[in-house]
Amino acid sequence: MELGPRVIFSIGNVYITETVCFTFILSILMLIFAFVATRNMQKIPHGAQNVAELIVGFIYNMVKDVMGDVSERFTPYMGTLISFLAIGSMLGLLDLRPVTADLNCTAPLALVTFIMIHYNAVRAQTAVGYIKELSSPYAFMLPLNLISDCMFPVTLACRIFGNILAGVIIMTLVYGGLKTLSLHLIPVPFLQIAFPLPLNFWFDMFEPVLQAYIFTMLTMVFIDNGRHPVESD
Amino acid sequence: MTGFTGTELIAAFSALGAGLAMIAMTGVGIGIGYNAGKTVESTARQPEAQGTLLKLMLIGVALTETAGIFALIIAIMLLFANPLI
Repeated sequence: MELGPRVIFSIGNVYITETVCFTFILSILMLIFAFVATRNMQKIPHGAQNVAELIVGFIYNMVKDVMGDVSERFTPYMGTLISFLAIGSMLGLLDLRPVTADLNCTAPLALVTFIMIHYNAVRAQTAVGYIKELSSPYAFMLPLNLISDCMFPVTLACRIFGNILAGVIIMTLVYGGLKTLSLHLIPVPFLQIAFPLPLNFWFDMFEPVLQAYIFTMLTMVFIDNGRHPVESD
Repeated sequence: MTGFTGTELIAAFSALGAGLAMIAMTGVGIGIGYNAGKTVESTARQPEAQGTLLKLMLIGVALTETAGIFALIIAIMLLFANPLI
């Protein structure tokens, strides 16, 4: 069983895999949707503008609930994250390989989040305050705090990767098993028709939305924590 | 009995190790169970806070799950991308 994303073509040592292709196609489709939905906007929205307003309003509310007064500055990044991760993980519905089932897709996103957290922490509480916060409550805790800070992007990337990859493996096994089972009866894999629907719903619709939401929520919570450190008493 | 080659032995023990790694899921199950139970308790005590509690529970579940996901990644690595073979 081949598990990794297939290589479509390669230029020298640069391999263009399914993940890269689907990421580009997805980005272009999302850009086209955003462009079409916001051209020629009406006071009373209908059609695509309605959908776009719903999504944008939901994201603004979600970020405002967690981050409060500075939320406007961070909302575009959070919106990009949640929409890309949710739609990118749902590609399994079209029998394509989800882009987030590849560590090469999730790790850079986690790295961007990591840089953002620490950049904003230093900006909000100056370098001295940042080091003081790292070495709280006692100075000898500094290495431990450093390790836990550096592990955060690793866990962030591995969580969504592991969940979606587990979904891909289970769906592949279920479809393969149903095919073998139905080929024993008639030479048409008819058992694949409706039986995997509950699993499809769980692994290709519920899990991606939940994982994208959690990725975004953790990003917001940690940026907020870095900006206003918890008072130790 | 025929002898085993080294690669076969490594493959066999890798499969065993993948199974053993998934024992970590026991703790994850217990943790998520506690989490959900406490959320139900809090919702019964204060039903109007249900939205916030659900959000907090999902974050808690995700954080608890991380340990299990690491075990899963190790198991997948041992089976499909074994560095020892």
